[in-house]
Amino acid sequence: MPDTLTEVATELLEIEGLVVEVEGKRILDGVDLVVPRGEVHALMGPNGSGKSTLAYTILGHPKYIVRGGDCRWGGASLLGLTPDERARRGLFLSLQYPTAIPGVSVVNFLRAALKAQGRQLTARELLGTLRREIGALKMEESFLSRYINDGFSGGEKKRMEIVQLAVLRPALAILDETDSGLDVDALRTVAEGVNRVRGADMGVLIITHYQRILDYVTPDRVHVMAAGRVIASGGRELVDRIEREGYDTLLRAAGIEPTGTGAGGGPASAETGGPLRA
Amino acid sequence: MAVAAKDLTKDYQFGFNDGDEFVFRAEKGLSAQVVADISRRKAEPAWMLAFRQKSLEHFRRRALPTWGADLSGLDFEDIYYYVRPAEEQGRTWDEVPVAIKQTFDRLGIPEAERKYLAGVSAQYESEVVYHSINKDLEKQGVIFCDCDTGLREHSEIFRKYFGTVVPPNDNKFAALNSAVWSGGSFVYVPKGVRVEIPLQAYFRINSESMGQFERTLIIAEEGSFVHYVEGCTAPTYSKDSLHSAVVEIIAQPGAHVRYTTIQNWSTNVYNLVTKRAIARAGATVQWVDGNLGSKVTAKYPSIYLMGEGAHGEILSVAFAGDGQHQDAGGKCIHVAPNTTSTIVSKSVSKGTGRTSYRGHLKVHPKATGVRSNVRCDALLLDERARSDTYPYMDIEADDVEIGHEATVSKVGDEQLFYLQSRGISEQEATAMVVNGFIEPFTKELPMEYAVELNRLIALQMEGSVG
Repeated sequence: MPDTLTEVATELLEIEGLVVEVEGKRILDGVDLVVPRGEVHALMGPNGSGKSTLAYTILGHPKYIVRGGDCRWGGASLLGLTPDERARRGLFLSLQYPTAIPGVSVVNFLRAALKAQGRQLTARELLGTLRREIGALKMEESFLSRYINDGFSGGEKKRMEIVQLAVLRPALAILDETDSGLDVDALRTVAEGVNRVRGADMGVLIITHYQRILDYVTPDRVHVMAAGRVIASGGRELVDRIEREGYDTLLRAAGIEPTGTGAGGGPASAETGGPLRA
Repeated sequence: MAVAAKDLTKDYQFGFNDGDEFVFRAEKGLSAQVVADISRRKAEPAWMLAFRQKSLEHFRRRALPTWGADLSGLDFEDIYYYVRPAEEQGRTWDEVPVAIKQTFDRLGIPEAERKYLAGVSAQYESEVVYHSINKDLEKQGVIFCDCDTGLREHSEIFRKYFGTVVPPNDNKFAALNSAVWSGGSFVYVPKGVRVEIPLQAYFRINSESMGQFERTLIIAEEGSFVHYVEGCTAPTYSKDSLHSAVVEIIAQPGAHVRYTTIQNWSTNVYNLVTKRAIARAGATVQWVDGNLGSKVTAKYPSIYLMGEGAHGEILSVAFAGDGQHQDAGGKCIHVAPNTTSTIVSKSVSKGTGRTSYRGHLKVHPKATGVRSNVRCDALLLDERARSDTYPYMDIEADDVEIGHEATVSKVGDEQLFYLQSRGISEQEATAMVVNGFIEPFTKELPMEYAVELNRLIALQMEGSVG
């Protein structure tokens, strides 16, 4: 049986003073962030500011060690729960670098995920749902029988993440740079996918370097991270300001010396590798 | 049939009368007398007795192989070499270890089948199915029976081929099997006949199907096709610590033989098996071979490609848990020109388990235009798990194309996290990764075997997490 929210809180995700280490190195240094139910928030910031670390920590990746603060979900702490327990409570992470699992087809992968979340569809229902969602992301139906992410292009992996999002219908979807590496058409398709599923029951936390995706998915609120903290929060106008001025002004205002990389709006500096990169 | 099994564990030479049935167990250990007794009990022709006796000499002369898995724990004197099946039925359900019963429960194995698998009943109760299949086969001239019946009722064909692919002096364990063999399957498919349903040893119920020293002989005449399936994924409990079978396949020109086996012996068993096929011109032989249980398995299905254009495929999976060593692989011997072969080996090691891939690819000087591809992939689930590869190649022809690829991987943290981030538990996620890894093997299995194998892997993953 799925774990369900025991109480209905307005503040769905509450992060308070979160301190996180990765392999002995402190990456998050007191993050405060609140995402109410059904809202779309954007989390921006230069490379290395800790955005991805925050995403992985919320989902409970074992490499990310919480040293202080709390991360609550519907009022109860998530700390100490395994990633699958968090997912069954309604969290979803669209990974920046989705992992290939050879030999496990997309259909079997999603059937197992739905079953784990207490939703056993008949074969017909499952196939119907998958066909609809994969079509909506403009992917060939043949992807359903392919091994998950195995031999997929970067763009195909990103779309497959959104297909999963649409099928699994979490209460909060965290998109970790889902927009990076996508051309304009793919970005629009992915953004449409997100818009189709967002709503009163599904909030979204969009982690991004760029304002681009935010032209398609309008955020209710925007946060800026730097040096492992949220240094500014505001409305849509904050995106425009970063677009105009870059991050430097915001950084200086927070007492952080800019390193000269990661100006807002520009192409991201070469960023490869796994989730250890924040 | 309700023979108290406790009484049978004592050493005694001759049995007792249980109704009309004569129950017999040879004395412990191996001697000319034991071999003679076996042959006499079966009322075999003189040539088979001579064959057995000669084989016993070969067995005695040959040293224990030292190139492979550790066999030092084997005590040939502490083994019964012949037990009539009626006696095996005497084991009671109470004697079957609890762990094995639990596995049956969780795999959902039907009651009748459980007793068969546990060695409590020698028969899998499916007589109705069996008889209708058998009738169809008879119409086509196909012979499918146990090897003892083959010798008795089809002596001409039997004698022509028996021991020609694996001669008794081939290796110590082939010699042992040749001396004391009992049970196993005999399959004969006439020219041009395609046997459309897989022949399953499961349904071959007439006798002695679970022997320790099975002997299987398959002859596929020109242009015929047969798929033989043997074994099962559920653990097969054996009190006896040595299982040493011999399988011989002859694929005549243009014939296609596929042999699928999954073995899951209990972890006290040394499973030392010689499997070999001969493929004549244009013939195809496929070995699909899965090894899950046992203490030590040494098994290298081989194909001798003797005729031009013959094709061989060996696809194997080995799963080694704590304390187990799966020493498996395959051999392709290219004797004729334009022959092709593929060897794919997948191994999984968990806990202190160890898997070895041992392969031999030989191309004779006159075998031009040979193409062969060897691929072995190992997956390690633990820091303590071990995997090795010993790929011997012996290429004496010039015009050949040989590919070889080997990989070793671990179940990645990122793979597990990815699956878990979708709500799937760590244990189930591990099983999914492992099942995905062996999927190229599983998809070649008959459906019910594939499903059982996946469930079994999932069970094996329990307790491996945390």
